[in-house]
Order: sequence, then C-alpha cells, then structure tokens
Amino acid sequence: MNQPPKPNSFRSGPDEEGRFGIFGGRFVAETLMPLILDLQDEWARAKNDPAFKAELENLGRHYIGRPSPLYFAERLTAELGGAKIYFKREELNHTGSHKINNCIGQILLAKRMGKTRIIAETGAGQHGVASATVAARFGLPCVVYMGATDVERQAPNVFRMKLLGAEVKPVTAGHGTLKDAMNEALRDWVTNVDSTYYLIGTAAGPHPYPEMVRDFQAVIGEEAKQQMLEAEGRLPDLVVAAVGGGSNAIGIFHPFLDDEGVRIVGVEAGGKGLDGDEHCASLTAGSPGVLHGNRTYLLQDGDGQIKEGHSISAGLDYPGIGPEHAWLNDIGRVEYVPIMDHEALEAFQILTRLEGIIPALEPSHALAEVIKRAPKMGKDEIILMNLSGRGDKDIFTVGKILGMGQ
Amino acid sequence: MTARMEQRFADVAAEGRPVLVTYFMGGDPDFDTSLAIMKALQQAGADIIELGVPFSDPMADGPAIQLAGQRALKAGQTLAKTLELARRFRADDQRTPIVLMGYYNPIYIYGVERFLTDALEAGVDGMIVVDLPPEMDDELCIPALAKGISFIRLATPTTDDRRLPKVLENTSGFVYYVSMTGITGSALPDTSLIAGAVARIKAHTSLPVCVGFGVKTADHARAIGATADGVVVGTAIVNQIASSLTEEGRATEATVPGVEALVRGLAAGVRAARLAAAE
Ligand SMILES: Cc1ncc(COP(=O)(O)O)c(C=O)c1O
Repeated sequence: MNQPPKPNSFRSGPDEEGRFGIFGGRFVAETLMPLILDLQDEWARAKNDPAFKAELENLGRHYIGRPSPLYFAERLTAELGGAKIYFKREELNHTGSHKINNCIGQILLAKRMGKTRIIAETGAGQHGVASATVAARFGLPCVVYMGATDVERQAPNVFRMKLLGAEVKPVTAGHGTLKDAMNEALRDWVTNVDSTYYLIGTAAGPHPYPEMVRDFQAVIGEEAKQQMLEAEGRLPDLVVAAVGGGSNAIGIFHPFLDDEGVRIVGVEAGGKGLDGDEHCASLTAGSPGVLHGNRTYLLQDGDGQIKEGHSISAGLDYPGIGPEHAWLNDIGRVEYVPIMDHEALEAFQILTRLEGIIPALEPSHALAEVIKRAPKMGKDEIILMNLSGRGDKDIFTVGKILGMGQ
Repeated sequence: MTARMEQRFADVAAEGRPVLVTYFMGGDPDFDTSLAIMKALQQAGADIIELGVPFSDPMADGPAIQLAGQRALKAGQTLAKTLELARRFRADDQRTPIVLMGYYNPIYIYGVERFLTDALEAGVDGMIVVDLPPEMDDELCIPALAKGISFIRLATPTTDDRRLPKVLENTSGFVYYVSMTGITGSALPDTSLIAGAVARIKAHTSLPVCVGFGVKTADHARAIGATADGVVVGTAIVNQIASSLTEEGRATEATVPGVEALVRGLAAGVRAARLAAAE
C-alpha cells in the first residue's frame, strides 16, 4: 500500500468536511444532517467562548476531580525491571473512567442548543453511567441504549444508571453489543431530532463528533504532559492506551502527536486471537468501510456486511474505530497492536496485586502491552499509560472466569 | 435520468394518477422467492420497483425491514446477487424502472465504478443510498449521474427552505419525501401536513415528488396520492411477506399471492387518488 505524504503537523485535522485523510466524513441520513451542521456551528462557537471554557474547567475541577494524578508505579516498574511506568489515573475520576470528561463537555453543548432530552449508547456501561450522571446533574431525562449481552455482563453499571434516573433500553438486534446499541440510538435520534441530543461516547460517528470528543478528552494528554515534565523534566518515550472507539487513546495521544521522540501505541482487543472472528482488532485485522456516520477501519466481510467482534471487555467490543486513529495508523504515526483476552486478564491481576489498583478490563489491555514492552526498555526510559477506568464493573466477570465464586 | 424512468412518469401522468412505488428486500426470504415477488409487484400494478439491498446495520429502518434484511443475509443475499435479481427481472420486463435502495458500505466495498457499470448493465435505473447526504456527493452521486443512473435523494421534514436547494441540486429521477422524522415502518402523520411539505418541495423543483415512510393502506395511498406525484409503500409489503413465512422463515404458497393481493389494493388506491382530489 502506498503511504499518504506526511503532514507538517499531526494535529491539524480534521478538514472542514470532517476528514482525516480519507477517513471521517458525514455519512448520515438527511434527517440528521441539519442537526449535525447545527452542532458543528454551536461547537465552533462554544470552543472559542471564554464562558464555556470556564464552566468546563470549573466542573472539571470540582465535579470530576481534575487534574487526575500522574502516578509512578514503583512496584510494577521494579517487578518488570525495565522502563519506568507512569499511569495517568483517569480511573479516579468521578464515575470511574475518562468517559465523564466528554459527557460534561457535551451536556454543556446540549444545554446551549436548548435540547431537553439526552440519549446515549453504551458498551461497558461506563459511558452510560457518565451520561446518566451528567443528565442528573443538569436535570435532563436520559435514555441509554445498551446491547442485551452487555446488560448482562455489566450488571453493576446497569443498576447505577437506573439509580441515577436513566432509562436503560436493552437492544436485542444483532449480537446485542455496542454496535447494535449505536444503531438503536441513531434510530431514536432520527425520530426525535427536535428535542434530543445524542451524546456519543467515543471519538467516532459523523463529524463533528470525532473532533469534539477528542478535544474534550485531550485534557488527559495535556495534563499528563505537564505532570510528566514536572516529575521527570522530560517527555515519556512511549505512550500507551487501549482503543475501543478510541476516545481515551486519542485524548492522551493527541497532545504528543507532534513530539517526535515520543513513540505511541494503541492497543486493540485481540479477543481469542486474530485467526478467527472472535476479536475486535479493526485496525490490525479490518479494512476501510463506512459505518455509523464515518469512514474508518471496520471488521466486515467481502460484501461489506459488518461483523460482530468479540472481546472479554465490553468497552472494546466495537467492530470499528474512530477515524483519526484510522488515519494515524495509515500515516504511520501511531502503532496499533492486539492484546488477547487472557493477556488482559493476567495484566488485570498483576496490577491488582502489585499496586492495589483494580483496573477496568479495557485499560488492562494497554497494561498487557506495557508489561510486554517495559522489560525490553532501558531503566532510564519512561512509559506513560492511560489507566482509563477502574475495574469495579468487571469484578464479577473476572471472578467468574477465575473460578472465585461470589 | 434513464429514459425508462422518464417514460414511466410521463405515461402515468397521462393517466392522471400518481405512481405507485413498491419496496421489498432483495433476497427475502430467499433469492428465487424474491424474484417471484418482484415480478408479482409489477403484475399487480406497481409502477416503479425499489429493490432493497440488505445491510447488517440498517440505521434508518424499523424492525420489519431490519428483520427482512437479516432473513435475506441469512439466505446468502449479497449486493452481487441483488444486481442479479435486477438482471433477471429486466430480462422479462424492459419498462418498469428499478431503484436500488440501501446503505453505502456494500457499494463502497464492491467498488463504486464496478458497481455502477454492473448496475447499468443489470438494468438498474436509480438508487437511494440512505447514508449519503449531499455533503457526500463526490462518493457516489456524481459518478452515478455521469453514468446516467439517477440518484434519488431523500428530503425530510428537517430539510428546510434554506437547505432544500442543496438537497435538490444533484437529485434526479424523483424526489423522495420522507413523511416524518423517524425510521421506516412508523405511523403515518397527518396527511394535510404532508400535502404542505409536497407543495413546498414542488416550489423548488420540477422533478416528481413521491412520498414514503408510513404509507400502508390503499386509503393512505389515495390520500397522499391526491397531492404527491407518487407514493412509496415498503414496510406493509415486507410485513405481508413476513406474515406468510414458516416459523423458520421459509416461503410458503401464500407468500407471493399475498404480496400480489396487497399491491392490487394499493394500485386501486392510487388509481382513485385523483378522483379523490377532484371531489
Ligand atoms: C474504562 C474504559 N476504557 C476504555 C474504553 C473504550 O472506549 P474508548 O476507546 O472510547 O476510550 C471504555 C469503554 O467503555 C471504558 O469504559
């Protein structure tokens, strides 16, 4: 494959049509088009509005608990015997993951646009919980679409959403996972365009969502950069994050994209291995196609039908990936690698025992990659990993697999 | 636009009635039955046939058409086989326009140029691709127009006067007015609202305006046909097919005749439409 030419900056996308190279765009039904254009205008105004920025910062500090700490994982580092490992602790945020950063930003936009109802899709339930949380905080009704399979395997989060006053609608179409939940959310949106704001939970979907979600999540990388300079006086050698739709990853990657010495690795869900269909590695094993409003890498068959993926982690169980990642992959700036279910499970246990931190299964994928790489790196090298969420929601799944009973 | 489409609208207009556009899912419940259904639609009085291309993720469709697509995919339907359906129908009928309706990804994966060549060769006259708004015209619309295949656009209640010219700019064949904000198979809104919307669109274009989403009965067809140039019926036909199948989703003896009877009623509805308007 011939590689597209390298741009002067890796941070200038998307263009006005919402494209990152050939990826991105606005592939939506006409009914939604006027709304998406409105959103784009509102977002353009809001991001240059000092009052909007101030409100975002204020809520970030006092409601989410930002800045999240940068933590040197001393025992893990010693155990692996190589590079120094730092975690950006997004799992300490209110609601337990990075998802809240985006939700606060988008609900402020929804308010500005005069919308009176929030809908969201969720896989692991982290985005659903974050959406239900901000909806409660701002007094708006909230409907969360969640695949029926995920409703089962992420039961604690379903309960939390309900307590927060959201209506959780299980989706049985397809395999009942994140992709199907997103289809159903889009059907709701197209029906209730006037009143409803669709709070997309990852850096995917039609323009301007991938850009907007990235900008709301970029606070992760901006803080981490500053904190790393304070802790070590220099930038990390390697930045690692797990990639589902790609929001926590693009959030930590983006501020480092133009720093030449920083290697960047995104970790996809390798599931049970890339040989069969039981994985969610859209970049490593998929091909470009069009789904959910954007062109990106997808798991699909020769007829363009989208395949259901598999991952032990509901939050990575999506057959696509945000368009900016597709572009960063093709242009060679970021390397994407798969991690298998069992490797993530092992990493989950290592972190829990060595550092007393129970990670979510999603960042456990990133951690498994860190565990592979750190021993091969020098003791003077530095790894920064996005610890995107805590594992409370996963303890029953993991306990069951490990035969711990309940 | 193809000569066939133009001729059909002219002929029907000369009869003083709206056109009846019928949608069904290619390959539902299997290839052979759906070819028989396609022929039955024409024989029962459909003027234009919308041939659905199944897609795994039909984001603008309600449960009925979602399930039809799943049945078709399970029976092995592909875009190539849907083009084959068109080709087989066209071998016996050179006059009824065929419009493919579906989502972009199967076409993108097939390859746009190859698709347009094969579609033209199969006797396809137009296409409706739900997830390609005017902002994405370079993808398929412009290449299709260059080949002489109509690109039929959806206009919706959210398409205001400011946006309408953009939506109509590269539209050809006819304009498909979606009667509501919603998915296929929803309830039909007040027909007087629809009449107003049709009038608004006609003020911007000389193309025929057909109305769809929610049209289920001969009475609906008659009421909407009183002001629109055509009515589109989809979910009612798909439901008729579904209700005739075995529990495993296989065709029965009732499948094709059931569709034929339904469409005969709808055809009578559009034939009564202008009489209704004149009352
Ligand atoms: C903790 C956590 N990390 C990562 C993800 C994956 O999403 P994204 O790739 O958008 O960060 C999820 C999704 O639910 C999550 O809950």
